[in-house]
Amino acid sequence: MINSGAKVILEIRGLTASVAGVSILKGIDLTVRAGEVHAIMGPNGSGKSTLAKVLAGHPAYEVTGGTVLFEGKDLLALASEVRAQAGLFLGFQYPVEIPGVTNSAFLRLAYNTVQSGRGKEELDPLEFDDHVRETMKLLEMSPEFLDRSVNDGFSGGEKKRNEILQMALLEPHLAILDETDSGLDIDALRVVASGVNHLITPDNACVLVTHYQRLLNYITPDYVHVMESGRIIKTADKSLALELEARGYDWLLNEKLDS
Amino acid sequence: MQSQLEAVSIIQALVAGGKGLAPSAAPWLNERRALALERANALRLPSIRDEEWRFTDISMMGRVPFQLPVPHSVIPDISAYVLPEAQWRLVFVDGIFNVGLSSLGAPVKGLSISNLGDAIQNTPQLVVGHLAQHAHYENRLFCAINTAWLRQGAFIHLAKEVIIKDPIHILYINTQAHATVNVRSLVVLERAAQCTVVEDFVGLGEEATFTNAVSEFAVASSARLHHVRVQRETPAALHIAACAVSIEQDGVYQSQSIALGASVSRYELEVLQKGPGVEVVIDGLALIKERQLADTHTLMDHAYGSGQCRQLHKTIVDGRAHAVFNGKVLVREGAQLTQSAQQSRNLLLSSDARVDTKPQLEIFADDVKCAHGATVGQLDQDHLFYLKSRGLSEARARNLLTYAFGAEIVARIPVRSLAAQLERAVMTQAQTTL
Repeated sequence: MINSGAKVILEIRGLTASVAGVSILKGIDLTVRAGEVHAIMGPNGSGKSTLAKVLAGHPAYEVTGGTVLFEGKDLLALASEVRAQAGLFLGFQYPVEIPGVTNSAFLRLAYNTVQSGRGKEELDPLEFDDHVRETMKLLEMSPEFLDRSVNDGFSGGEKKRNEILQMALLEPHLAILDETDSGLDIDALRVVASGVNHLITPDNACVLVTHYQRLLNYITPDYVHVMESGRIIKTADKSLALELEARGYDWLLNEKLDS
Repeated sequence: MQSQLEAVSIIQALVAGGKGLAPSAAPWLNERRALALERANALRLPSIRDEEWRFTDISMMGRVPFQLPVPHSVIPDISAYVLPEAQWRLVFVDGIFNVGLSSLGAPVKGLSISNLGDAIQNTPQLVVGHLAQHAHYENRLFCAINTAWLRQGAFIHLAKEVIIKDPIHILYINTQAHATVNVRSLVVLERAAQCTVVEDFVGLGEEATFTNAVSEFAVASSARLHHVRVQRETPAALHIAACAVSIEQDGVYQSQSIALGASVSRYELEVLQKGPGVEVVIDGLALIKERQLADTHTLMDHAYGSGQCRQLHKTIVDGRAHAVFNGKVLVREGAQLTQSAQQSRNLLLSSDARVDTKPQLEIFADDVKCAHGATVGQLDQDHLFYLKSRGLSEARARNLLTYAFGAEIVARIPVRSLAAQLERAVMTQAQTTL
């Protein structure tokens, strides 16, 4: 939902970043306002997942230039955990497995840490159990996922549902979902997308990083950006995604070369 | 050198003590004990000059005045170690069977649980084919001493097709300073029998004790044994143990072995496949700190084909502690279609902590799948990032992952109350709470 008067949640200016000395992001500019859904598309290796990880503070990436303001604060100066507490959420393309820690304990720890970081009240195990079971209904998740180890032995679809469950619990102001559609069958995609749609409000924003257009059949973006070689080379409305689906990325890259 | 000599004299005293033991009423047992005594006299105390013992210095044997436990009537409080799930419990205090603390439950047809000494007298036909027949003492001094001393221990026998769901708890509890204790477990599962056995080695107080334990497990065809072993002796203790497992066709042996206590501990597990198609799981966790040393030696002997073995040995080492793992997998000629995988994962929590890990694969068959891997080191950066992206501080994330590292093994223990106790021990080491 575009509302040009809405407050700016994320403002990226001239962001450059490298990994192991190799430059990946070569000058990103992006403004995301409350209520907006942005899709970042692009071929493999274009830097879109790197952008997601840099915003969440992955230690393997070095920011070499530019600025990022998150609700007016200097995001890059914050440790990853402080970014999470401030309201930034990254849904992982490959959520890690943590055998030995039950999902319920992990979710409660994350929830309470973020709550206390925001000066809000923590929930005791019983209260949290009620809360998480209610929230799981949104993603059609069986309560048995609470007793299993975090993501351990989960299918691709189950892992992604668990990511969106965390998004629902942590109530971010900005959710960046990195390839959330990858590895999902059509039913899981529908459930995950419906969960995300349910969580989008006029007060928060969502950035979908995706290679394919298919997720955007379910979550309608206000803007579609195409990345190539570490830059955003085109920004348009949702029709661009359909065009990319029909024509691939090559014509766009050629168009860029021609200009 | 001095301590080495003294250690030898301790051994000689033990051996002499063995000689002085009254002969058992069973001639077959006297014969086996005499053979073991002969070997005990002939074998030399291992030292760090022996390849198999190069990291495991047991010279404390010469510094601590170990002695035979004194008979006494003080009954220790074992309430902290009682497992509510276990209706059967055999308790040995300083190596001596304590009937008052034990719980023999209601009789179940086909299930025998008793002091080994009683079984030797009353049901020798169940014992003679197995006792001192699986754990080889010819070249192992401590096993030879244990066998020469053999008179008490835990005995569990399941007749064919008997399935016992509740765990059976063997509690070896040491209470006396400097006590030298020989303990023995014999567990026999006939065809298609099933049970879970917990061997729990506990030390009360802070003083040094010396446990010399030997366990024998015979798993007949299609039988299933789940073996949980917990070593939580006093921080000054010396613990030397050997466990020999024989598995016949299509038998299953699963084990979790957790080492928390003792100043110096050594656990040698040998699993022998005596028929095709067995399934074996060997999980280990050593959780040590300060100047503790925990040594685990395993041997998976695939003497027949189509066996599957999955082994995961983990250590969490803090302070100046030292963990040792030597995992040997032997696939004998003709043992085709063997699948054997071994992983050694080690987490060092301090710069003075040390790990020596050595996989040893000897494969004499060509159609097999065998794998091994070892890691020594730090926590995974992507795991840390995942937790931090959910709001956890660096320290909290590290501690949680350290906990998870150990808890993965503990979570496989099928006795909930014991797993919960051990989870708390892992949390303490990881400085975390959940």
